Amino acid sequence: MTALTGLRVVELGSERVAFAAKLLGDMGADVILVEPPGGDPARAYPPFLDDQPGENRSLWWWHYNTSKRGVVIDLDLEEGRERFRQLIASADILLEAEPRQRLAALGLDYDDLSAVRPDLIHVAVTPYGRGDALSDLPATDLTIMAASGPPWSCGYDDHSLPPIRGPMQALHTAQHFAVMSVLTAVLHRGVAGKGQFIDVSMTAACNVTTEAASYSWLVAEQTVQRQTGRHASTRPSGETQQLCADGRYANTGVPPRAPKEFRALLAWLRELGFAEDLPEAVFLEMGANWEGPFELSRLGSDDEVTAIFGAGREALKLIASRLPAQDFFIGCQRAGLAVGVVNSPEEAFEDEHFKARGFQVPLHHDDFDRTITYPGAPYAMRGSPWAISRRAPHLGEHDAEVFGELGETP
Amino acid sequence: MTSEQRNFVAADSPAETSVPSPDGSGALSTFRICDFTGQLAGAGATKWLAALGAEVIRIEDPVRQGRWDILRGGPPYKDGERGLDRGGAFNNHNAGKYGITLNLRDERAKDILARLIEISDVVSENFAKGVLERWGFGYDRMREIRGDIIYVSNCGFGHVGPYSDFKTWGPIVQAVSGLTFTNGLPDREPAGWGYSYMDHTGGYYMAIAILLALVHRQRTGEGQWVDLACTESALALHGPALLDWTVNGRPSRRDGSPHSNRNAWPPMAPHGIYPCKGDDEWVAIACRGDGDWWRLAGLIAEPWCSEPGFAVHAGRVANQDALDTHLERWTSGRGKFDVQERLRAADVPVAAVQKPQERIDLDPSTEGFGLWPTVQHTVMGDVRVDGQPVHFSETDWEYPRAGPCLGEHNEEVLTSLLGFTPEEVATLAEEGVI
Repeated sequence: MTALTGLRVVELGSERVAFAAKLLGDMGADVILVEPPGGDPARAYPPFLDDQPGENRSLWWWHYNTSKRGVVIDLDLEEGRERFRQLIASADILLEAEPRQRLAALGLDYDDLSAVRPDLIHVAVTPYGRGDALSDLPATDLTIMAASGPPWSCGYDDHSLPPIRGPMQALHTAQHFAVMSVLTAVLHRGVAGKGQFIDVSMTAACNVTTEAASYSWLVAEQTVQRQTGRHASTRPSGETQQLCADGRYANTGVPPRAPKEFRALLAWLRELGFAEDLPEAVFLEMGANWEGPFELSRLGSDDEVTAIFGAGREALKLIASRLPAQDFFIGCQRAGLAVGVVNSPEEAFEDEHFKARGFQVPLHHDDFDRTITYPGAPYAMRGSPWAISRRAPHLGEHDAEVFGELGETP
Repeated sequence: MTSEQRNFVAADSPAETSVPSPDGSGALSTFRICDFTGQLAGAGATKWLAALGAEVIRIEDPVRQGRWDILRGGPPYKDGERGLDRGGAFNNHNAGKYGITLNLRDERAKDILARLIEISDVVSENFAKGVLERWGFGYDRMREIRGDIIYVSNCGFGHVGPYSDFKTWGPIVQAVSGLTFTNGLPDREPAGWGYSYMDHTGGYYMAIAILLALVHRQRTGEGQWVDLACTESALALHGPALLDWTVNGRPSRRDGSPHSNRNAWPPMAPHGIYPCKGDDEWVAIACRGDGDWWRLAGLIAEPWCSEPGFAVHAGRVANQDALDTHLERWTSGRGKFDVQERLRAADVPVAAVQKPQERIDLDPSTEGFGLWPTVQHTVMGDVRVDGQPVHFSETDWEYPRAGPCLGEHNEEVLTSLLGFTPEEVATLAEEGVI
């Protein structure tokens, strides 16, 4: 049995809740995706299978709608609304991102639906929350991000270049909170027998996902400034991104700062035969033989500490310039240094580590008679396995099945 | 304390009857978390649980004064005052939790830990692989102590796989998983993330995993081990791009990619972050289709808006460089909030790129949501922290306390949950056990 077997989730189709419902579906929930006649606009999102657009060919749609059944209900008709109420009567959870007042106008908001299903858990995702009129304004992943902080912290040392947003992550962040909310409410319902309404604000979700940008202001009224490839900071910090011999980058993270790290780095440098090319090798050796604590607080004031610390950085720079990024990453990690290769998504996907963990998941598409490799589980749940139970639904694919389960005759 | 109480009950018969359950009225009030998490990737997970009512007991090492979490005494500092109990980030990530100290080099501390595990629902940690095992508390041992224990480990590469011994922190997770690569402008090095997005998000996945395991146990009575690898959670965020790779063979590493202020799925144009009047002032604008563009063009009303290349959506998408050049010229002479106000009035998606002060102190929407609650810290006094971006109609979140000072709740936890007397607790402290 998987964690959520037997729990029914109704999703009113939207890019703002599709991922949350997928995460629940992949853990075993019975997710019923409700689309309007004509389908969810996201069916038209690229990329497409073989680059040919089509209602059932969107890879965006495929990914975010695994493990769901699909039905069409026209909420603008009383007949459709009645059918929706019947569906809700059979459901545990409603996930929706409708315009703030639409469901109330249709007689389908929490007050109405909880009369039909008293222990319903209703989660609404809106840009600023249900109580804020700003939620009525049009918003996208980009504008939600900009309003709530992440881009201020992301970009380049050169501030004539624009701040950068992480694509899709406003949508993801809000939906992570939607899932945490659903599961929390399910646990509470399991104990207290009660459902409830949960209001998720997308901008609020991003506002509290900015690490030091928020708490530097909250605690000390300091403002972080963005820097290339590393943390935005109230004070400039040293570069951490290194260009490697194959034109790819690596992130060197926190530079070596302990004698055992200097020792491992020096040994590796010698093994590679590069030690004689590093003018600072003598300082690295001093670091390797350092006795007692290496006090970083003396950086800048103590010449020896400063020179040794600098030699560690220079050694990494030299090795990086002569090795492909992947080899640099593996070598550094073997030397005990927390360094990462800057992979593209597909490079990470093909990496042996993720393959060995079973992250590549084949799924047969009966509709195109092809087996497609999907990204796998975000967590390895040993006792309640994650699984894609079915491909994304076609428009209205499960009308007869689902409405039949509700007691309707075709 | 009797000797009988000191002997914890072995597998399959957790002794919960004599132990008080967590009380209160929160959504998660019936759950207790034995919490070894630190930094943000772990502490952020149990912060959610604490805010929603779980009893989270955070365990720290008295010998190293809690420094296995580098944030404990780290900046920012309120009023510039430093100290182990004055870490601003630590307080932010640990609001709502209890804090105790256990010197796990000492057998007596191990005994206390075993008894705490016995009355806990979850053991959570984000150490490097193998740390708990070295202390004698691997998953098998924990299951002996409590048959239905939920154990959630969170580390960069997980506990299984070729890289499981590798070290990470947020930016390394982001680099290896593709999230650094996807943030940037074409023909430049990656901009990456200016913070540990995957410490936040790894924490969210850890919270989800804990909650899933609790739901599973509520319905079946079974505990489990969850091996969370932060890099894997991160890689799963590239869904459509990975399918474009596996289905169409199209890599993200190609000419002109990434261009992360643009939007291809679905295509929008114009779409970007544009300069405004002033120093480092920017505004984000997105046109989803013809309607947004017509309203924007009507507002700007300059000749270039009527150029044939911009007449239809596909043309605007194809000619985005030229479109951006014109739009930049228009925005750069105007204040970002002025642009925001005018585009909002025209119903075009827009947002000023807000600085921390602007979104925290000057934006009524965050204040109105109650997003920056004040906690009363034992040493620092009143401090504002990140709230939760949700509201529950029946069991809303709150932080009943600030982040704990080192060992702040030793006496409270050991006496109320484990039956020690205050004198015994004092002795344990004197002898370096706690």
